[in-house]
Amino acid sequence: MSKFQKKRGKSNPQISTASMPDIVFILLFFFMVITKMRETELMVSVQVPKATELEKLQQKSLVHFIYIGRPQPHYQAIYGTAPRMQLDDKFATIIDLPIFVENHKQTVPLNLRNRVTSSLRVDGKITMGIVQDVKTQLRKIGQLKLNYAAGRKVDKNK
Amino acid sequence: MPKRAAPEINASSMADIAFLLLVFFLVTTTIDVERGITVRLPEWSEEPPEELELKQRNVFNVLVNAQNQLLVENKPAQVEGLREMAKDFIMNPTGNPELSEAPNAAIISLKNDRGTSYGTYIEVYNELKAAYRELWDEEAMVTLGKHYSDDLPKSDKDLIKKKIPFVISEAEPTSFGEESN
Repeated sequence: MSKFQKKRGKSNPQISTASMPDIVFILLFFFMVITKMRETELMVSVQVPKATELEKLQQKSLVHFIYIGRPQPHYQAIYGTAPRMQLDDKFATIIDLPIFVENHKQTVPLNLRNRVTSSLRVDGKITMGIVQDVKTQLRKIGQLKLNYAAGRKVDKNK
Repeated sequence: MPKRAAPEINASSMADIAFLLLVFFLVTTTIDVERGITVRLPEWSEEPPEELELKQRNVFNVLVNAQNQLLVENKPAQVEGLREMAKDFIMNPTGNPELSEAPNAAIISLKNDRGTSYGTYIEVYNELKAAYRELWDEEAMVTLGKHYSDDLPKSDKDLIKKKIPFVISEAEPTSFGEESN
């Protein structure tokens, strides 16, 4: 018995902090890996509207983004303030849309091509005219799966 | 040469550096899932669509003009009331001869101007979709005893959607209020 009693209270054990950097590094790597830097710089200002009936976009690789909005202030001198479409990282018109969609489809395996979705990220304040043109063009090239990007709104009726 | 002890690098500040980086990534990370309203566009055809003989009572007309005002069944309306009106129209629980004959006969016709704001359009579309979702939910509670959700098996979902199909027809918009470039 005395053997055990001797040990107790003799030294004040300190928690070793030597492994703290390791733990922090693990966290660091986690966040580094999941962080996705925006690869396209937005040249149009897009503030998507809010809605309640949202669905998640399943596979990122099957989605391409079409941005529509007014040009950012520093582009307005050249491009004016009328709503414009941005594909990848440049301003585009609906004539460029078929090639853009086709280019994306080429990167997708054949059996998944019918599940390719166009995500329309459209500013809530612009008018429907340009959106309608884009929709018509998408219909013409047979790209029928569409997703209106929207933020989440709390449903007050629920 | 006398043997010298290799100088040790002080690693105590490593944790601080790592913390700094960690905080940076914590702040910049936005774990956002892409969400939105999924729609399926009708297929394109060069010919004008054939005139369908639709009973007027089965068509729920929603018009949104360039001033973002709503006209539902030829009467001015507010977005807030649209969901209830649509639900009433589709189910027609009182057997009103002006509302749809049956849920699977009901068609929603949505028409907007080119000058309608996109935000309003989405709001209206969202309300119409919400009306259907609520009806599906009620139907699922009656027939399956469960809430309607995307996780239901496809057969169950198809069953419900067959009873209350979501049919929305979007007319070519009129060019009022088009923004000039």
